[in-house]
Amino acid sequence: MIPHMKPSSGAHVGVNASVSQIMWQVMLAISPATAFGLLLFGWPALNLFIITVASAVFFEAFYLRLSGRIAKPVLMDGSAVLTGWLLAMTLPPWAPWWIGVVGSGMAIILGKQVYGGLGQNLFNPAMLARVALLISFPVEMTTWANVSPLFFSHSPGLVESWHITFSGLENLDATTGATTLGFIKTEFSQNHVLDEILKDYSGFLSIIGWRGGSLAETSTLLAALGGAWLIRQGVIQWHIPVSLLLTVTVLASVFHVMDDQHYVSPFLHLNSGAMMLVAFFIATDYVTSPNTKAGQLVFGAGCGLLIFVIRTWGAYPEGAAFAILLMNAATPLIDHYIRPRIYGRDRKGKPLEIPKS
Amino acid sequence: MLSLFSKKRIRGGVHAEQHKALTATQAIVSNFPLPEKLYIPLQQHVGKPAEPLIRVGDKVLKGQLLAYSQGMISAPVHAPSSGIILDVNDYPAPHPSALPIRMIVLETDGKDEWLPAPIVADPFQLTPEDISLRVGAAGIVGLGGATFPTAVKLNMGRENRIDTLIINGAECEPYLSCDDRLMQERAGQIIDGVRLMLHGMESDNAVIAIEDNKQEAFLAMQAAALPYPLIKVIQIPTRYPMGWDRQLIRYVTGKEVPVGCRSSEIGVTIHNVGTAYATHKAIRLGQPLVNRVITVSGGAVARPMNVEVPLGTLISELFNFCNVNSDLTARIIMGGPMMGDSLPHTGLPTVKATSGILALTQSELKNTDEQPCIRCASCVTVCPAGLRPLDMANNIRINQLDVAVDIGLKDCISCGCCSYICPSNIPLVQYFKYASGEVAARQQAQHKSEQTKRLIDARNARMERIARQQEEEERVWIAAKKERERLKAEQEALV
Repeated sequence: MIPHMKPSSGAHVGVNASVSQIMWQVMLAISPATAFGLLLFGWPALNLFIITVASAVFFEAFYLRLSGRIAKPVLMDGSAVLTGWLLAMTLPPWAPWWIGVVGSGMAIILGKQVYGGLGQNLFNPAMLARVALLISFPVEMTTWANVSPLFFSHSPGLVESWHITFSGLENLDATTGATTLGFIKTEFSQNHVLDEILKDYSGFLSIIGWRGGSLAETSTLLAALGGAWLIRQGVIQWHIPVSLLLTVTVLASVFHVMDDQHYVSPFLHLNSGAMMLVAFFIATDYVTSPNTKAGQLVFGAGCGLLIFVIRTWGAYPEGAAFAILLMNAATPLIDHYIRPRIYGRDRKGKPLEIPKS
Repeated sequence: MLSLFSKKRIRGGVHAEQHKALTATQAIVSNFPLPEKLYIPLQQHVGKPAEPLIRVGDKVLKGQLLAYSQGMISAPVHAPSSGIILDVNDYPAPHPSALPIRMIVLETDGKDEWLPAPIVADPFQLTPEDISLRVGAAGIVGLGGATFPTAVKLNMGRENRIDTLIINGAECEPYLSCDDRLMQERAGQIIDGVRLMLHGMESDNAVIAIEDNKQEAFLAMQAAALPYPLIKVIQIPTRYPMGWDRQLIRYVTGKEVPVGCRSSEIGVTIHNVGTAYATHKAIRLGQPLVNRVITVSGGAVARPMNVEVPLGTLISELFNFCNVNSDLTARIIMGGPMMGDSLPHTGLPTVKATSGILALTQSELKNTDEQPCIRCASCVTVCPAGLRPLDMANNIRINQLDVAVDIGLKDCISCGCCSYICPSNIPLVQYFKYASGEVAARQQAQHKSEQTKRLIDARNARMERIARQQEEEERVWIAAKKERERLKAEQEALV
């Protein structure tokens, strides 16, 4: 006799998976790129990273407390940590502390909890916060530190890093510069052509990520490796990253072939900005991407198209965050129109006809 | 590209952990001690329950008819052993609710004496209709778990002139191996049963489909089918739910059964290997369906085995025989772990549909700690029916059952793939079963209120008619009275 048995049907056995396990696997996959970014931009980046992640956890706990729920089991699912982590990766590495705090607050509360918590949000929380920060604080969000690795002589030490994080940068010009995409955009506005603009551009350094940019977006190699591992683990499917990167590559190739002085090469597109991070870790967010494989292909292609359009003709040098938010908004529509065909029915849901034999 | 899509014959499904080696490697145990009492439900099949024709106190022999089938879709019930009828009354059913249903209680006398049955010399001389009749009279139903009366299916196959009979030897549920053992040990009898079924349906071609994890069963069946070139034995990929009839039909024939149709309408009929074996016994030996092979397995079972038991044996007796540790047992399941039902206790009888009884430990069960849906869409990927379980569940959760029906609730086959894969441990199938029941209840309630309204309208009309009639009668009566008075006055005037 089994007392107090919950009546239950179907699939008494199952995979031993959990939400937190998925979250931890994603974190594992982004940790090489993150570690590289922290190494590249030194102590101030580490400060910002810790502040952003910690405040994401704080805001999650705070909101859960407000809504009268027990915070601990929800915090343990790891989604708040991951959101803070992804947001931190996309911030300028030497941004002041309050950028991280405000960003996390917006990501967790406006981006996720007001919709009803995990799984309910329409937009990717990290991207929502990133865009809100960029529009609200354009100066802080576009001040890019030069590469200044940990333990190098000209890099800021621990004490100096607190100064940078908590009271802001002095002597901006010496320690900051433009990102590749930003530089190209400014130069284009002065009617320069790509040959002169990219005199100093090194493809190799770009692939390994030795360049200015967001905290942990710079390394194409490590992000792609992490993404490939996630696909192998079955955590994400290949459809979104492949269709996104393919769309960008095809579009960039077509335009680059037509005019190689005014349209940057597909190689540069793939190796700059947030491309890899977005393709593998942001666009593939379960909650805000379509359910079906075909829908995911459409979603990825849409993201790729928008990234290319915004980068090429938009006012901002990088358009990944905008592209993701726009396609997030289109996800319910994609899911409405692209559905699997039900067995024994046609695409419209009518029963199949009996074949005449 | 288009042809690439149309050739895709398996959709969805999961690679569930097998756990079949526990029982698949040892012979079927046939020395199960005869229980003292057998509890035989009158409904062990789809359709109407059988009607008892014995009385309490009657002495019956093994195989004697206890209850006859009534209606088009029904099946009779026979005595699984010889003995005396103790009771015909309501006892707990082998169902998650364990609500009482009508059962015959038989006290066995230990002799296990068969009712003598005339042997048919050559069953292939019988008419196909006669085969159906005999299969129906033997109480044979689909032993894969659907328990649809086999005779009805044979008739439909004959009427629709089917071109292929598929024999389902997939046994895709984890843990279960009763069909596997049956194919390994009794391949010849199964093939004979298949030939008899073909004769009963006036058809020639049969395909026996066996999952490729049952190599020995495949070889045994292939050897047994060798003399009959029209009976093909094939291997199919091991992937749950390969044994779903419609998935198997699509895989074997490339045809898809339209929603709302029987497979015989597209020229295919599908039967289980156990059903073929039962058909062989019914036609060749005149033995009705009174026992079956059941897999007893699971982590709490000390002696897991396949055992042949009389129908109506209580699960508690099976568990005693197999040394089930009740302290370790976290859940008792009738059937497989994917589609089976959990039972509240062991005082319930085994029935024709019982392919297995599992006693699973806590560590074997899926975690029931439910977390929010993260829209990972694994359930969409694994659904063999092409549904979107997450959207259905969301609509059911907010009580929008109509929307759930619109997006395919009724096409759900409860295979359990979605619940199996869900990382948030959402009991999706439970949602769907609840919703289906609720939709049916609401329709019934609506039907009832419509009926009440109709009755009220009818009553009002009747009352009105009666009132009109009364008025009419009164008028006639008044007119008659006036007439009488006039006549009276006339007479008086004459006088």
